[in-house]
This record gives sequence, C-alpha cells and structure tokens, in this order.
Amino acid sequence: MIRVILPAHLRALARISGEVSFEITGEITQRAVLDALELQYPMLRGTIRDHVTQRRRPYVRFFACEKDLSHQRPDAPLPQAVADGMEPFLVVGAMAGG
Amino acid sequence: MSSVRLLVGTRKGAFVLTSDGKRTEWKIEGPHFGGWEIYHMKGSPANPNRIYASQSTSWFGQLIQRSDDGGATWEPVGNEFVYDGEPGTHTWYDGTPHPWEFARVWHLEPSLHDPDLLYAGVEDAALFRSSDGGRNWEELSALRKHPSGSSWQPGAGGMCLHTILLDPRGPARMYGAISAAGVFRSDDAGASWRPINRGLRSNSIPDEDAEVGHCVHRIAMHPKHPDTLYMQKHWDVMRSDDGGESWSEVSGNLPTDFGFPIDVHAHEPQTIYVVPITSDSQHFPPDARLRVYRSRTGGNEWEALTNGLPQEHCYVNVLRDAMAVDKLDSCGVYFGTTGGQVYASSDSGDHWTAIARDFPAVLSVEAQTLP
Repeated sequence: MIRVILPAHLRALARISGEVSFEITGEITQRAVLDALELQYPMLRGTIRDHVTQRRRPYVRFFACEKDLSHQRPDAPLPQAVADGMEPFLVVGAMAGG
Repeated sequence: MSSVRLLVGTRKGAFVLTSDGKRTEWKIEGPHFGGWEIYHMKGSPANPNRIYASQSTSWFGQLIQRSDDGGATWEPVGNEFVYDGEPGTHTWYDGTPHPWEFARVWHLEPSLHDPDLLYAGVEDAALFRSSDGGRNWEELSALRKHPSGSSWQPGAGGMCLHTILLDPRGPARMYGAISAAGVFRSDDAGASWRPINRGLRSNSIPDEDAEVGHCVHRIAMHPKHPDTLYMQKHWDVMRSDDGGESWSEVSGNLPTDFGFPIDVHAHEPQTIYVVPITSDSQHFPPDARLRVYRSRTGGNEWEALTNGLPQEHCYVNVLRDAMAVDKLDSCGVYFGTTGGQVYASSDSGDHWTAIARDFPAVLSVEAQTLP
C-alpha cells in the first residue's frame, strides 16, 4: 500500500482528508505513484506536473524519508520504506510567497 | 422581483454577493477556493446558474471550476491548455525571443446562446474555446499565429489576452484584446484575425501608430450598438464607431486618461464609465480621491462621480475586469478595488455604497441580472 500526503489546497480540490493510499503493481517510482494518484483523482491532473511534459511544477516538491526527491528521475525507484507503506510520499507546496 | 448576483474574483478566493432588486442589502457567500487567485468568473447569458471560474496559483497552476447552481457548489472541469503546434516565440521585455508559455486564464467569456460553449483568454496571449462546458479546450490558434505574433511583448502584468467581446448579431464577429499587442477582430468565428488598431497612438513604442504593440487595457461594447467600441488604453480613452476599423480619442476632460476598466451603461449606449488612475507608475487615483468618471456623450465630456467614494487618502487601484453593470432599471454599476472594497451604485453611478470592505484584492467583478 502506497501512502501519499498532499498539501492542503490539493486535498481540498480532491475533496479528501488525511492521507491517500492505494496499491500499485510493478516498480514503485515517482511516475507510478503520480499516475495512480491522478487516475484516482483526475482533478489533480496538471496541478503537480505539467499535462504535456509531465515535468514537476516549479513550486512543487517531493519528499520522503526526510529526503528531497524532487530532482530524482521520474522513473527512479522510490525508497523501499515508501514502497512498503512504512513512510508516506509527500507532495509539498514549496515555501515561497507570503 | 428581479435580483442581482455579483461574482467577485480576488487574490485569495471567490465571493458571490446577492441582493434583491433594491440592491440595498447584500448577502455575501465565500470564499470559494480560499487561497487561490480567481482572475475571473462569469455566468452564461443563456443559463445564469451556469458559472465558470478561473482558479490558479503559482504552486498548482490553472484550474477551471464550473457551477450549475448559481455558485453554491462547484466542480473542477478541464485545465489542459495546450498551444496548437509548436508555439514558437514572442518578444520578451528586453527585445529577445521568448518561448510562448501558458501561465493562466485571465478571462472567461461564455457564449451568448450556448451554456456549454465558452472562450478563454490566456497568458501568454492566446484564445481557447471549449464546446463541452469547459471539459476540453482547443486553441483558436490563428490569433497567436498572426504574422505579428512573434513581435508581441508583455505588458507589466504579463502578455495576456484579457478581453473577449462577442458580437450579438451572430457568431462570426468577435474581438480579442491583448496587452501589449492591441485589439484583433475575427469575422469568421475565430478562424482568422486581423489587428484593428488604426488611430491608436502610444508614445512608449518606437512607432507611435504601429499596427500592433499597443497596451490596450480593456474594450467594451453595448449589445444594441455593437459597432461602437470603447477602449481604455494604457494611456488614452478611445472610441470606434466602425467595429474597430478606426479609433479616435475621447479622453476629453478626464483628470488623467490612464486606467484599466471601461464599461457601458446597460440602457444608455452612450453612457460610459472609467476610473482614472494617476499613471503607470502610480497605480492609485489622482489626488488620492477615488472617482468614477461618467460620460453621457460616449466620451469627451466627463463628470466625476464621488458620492459615497473615499475622497482623501485613497491609494487603491481598480483592475481591468473589476467593473460591471447590471440590467435593472435604473442601471446598477459595480467595481472592486485592490484594497478589497466592492462599491455598488443602484442609480447609474450617482451614489455609491461599499457592499464589501475587507476582501482580498479584487481582480474581477461581474454582475448577473436574474429574473
């Protein structure tokens, strides 16, 4: 079971509270997690990564296991603790603005 | 009894204000989408309970929200705004080529007849259309691909297509205004476009009367006189009586002819409203007095409307989409400020009342007249 924590604005948009969790078959990568997330919550498409390029939006960060994974390749495996559901994958709005 | 619904977009959410036809007591609902910028909301003329909203932030990008119950509840619809083909470049502030990049939707313009058909004016400047209630969007790319497109430059607020006017006589003729390129007209429902800026003079560009390059802030039309257009340009208030083929200045006795919004009285096609602002570097009213100026002659002769508006220490701005009129008799006029006030007049501008005082900075105001 993969666990994902979204920022408050995206939780409100998707009308969810707390964590999101789902099963993924195959390798657990950033792309696989976001694909599954957007499949379950299509209103999130375009808010985390660009529709066309699939690049992470500039003010969105990805954290897990106390590490910033934002600059990892989308197809790189996520930490085993995320794959095992021990740790959540965090989508974070960057500290910017006021 | 008729009623009025105001759709107010702000820097931090959307508000819906309603009143009966007297327009003395207002009920405020919101914020919807708290924390998000709402550049514009507009209802369908064919079904006023169908309302569209442009919602965005720098963090999470662009969303389009749709309501089918007059703004009580909303659902996100399509947000995929993809330029047609290889977008190429326009001209950056420093004169260098810059890739066309989608930033946000500035303005939504629903069809006059079909609630599912609407247009979106976006930054970087382009026009999109949805024919399924906002779920899917396609670019009407002939506008952006006009031969002058590579020379368009952003205004201070970005390179935005901020005004879309639909000619009520039929779907063929429509107008788009771009800061800082100018006004463009289509006579074939968006399949082709040509600039209509003859008569504009802008001393901030090398060729003062160039075909494109003018920082048009907003244009307005009365539906019963669709060949007459009014324009608030960066500097200068302008008028055209031939569908934009030629323009003449009607700034007349305004204390300054810089400003953003311009609008037309619902029942008097020659009565127009502007809010003079000191200058492009001083975005507040001259003499710190908030004055709406009204012309009953289609320009040139202007009177200051001050009753109920702050006449000292006022340093707010009124943005281009932040003024609207209702269709009641007498005509209601509304505007919102960057200081978070929404002012209403139920007598064509003679008297004003603040119906909201402490909103976030107001980006847009639209008025719906309901049966």
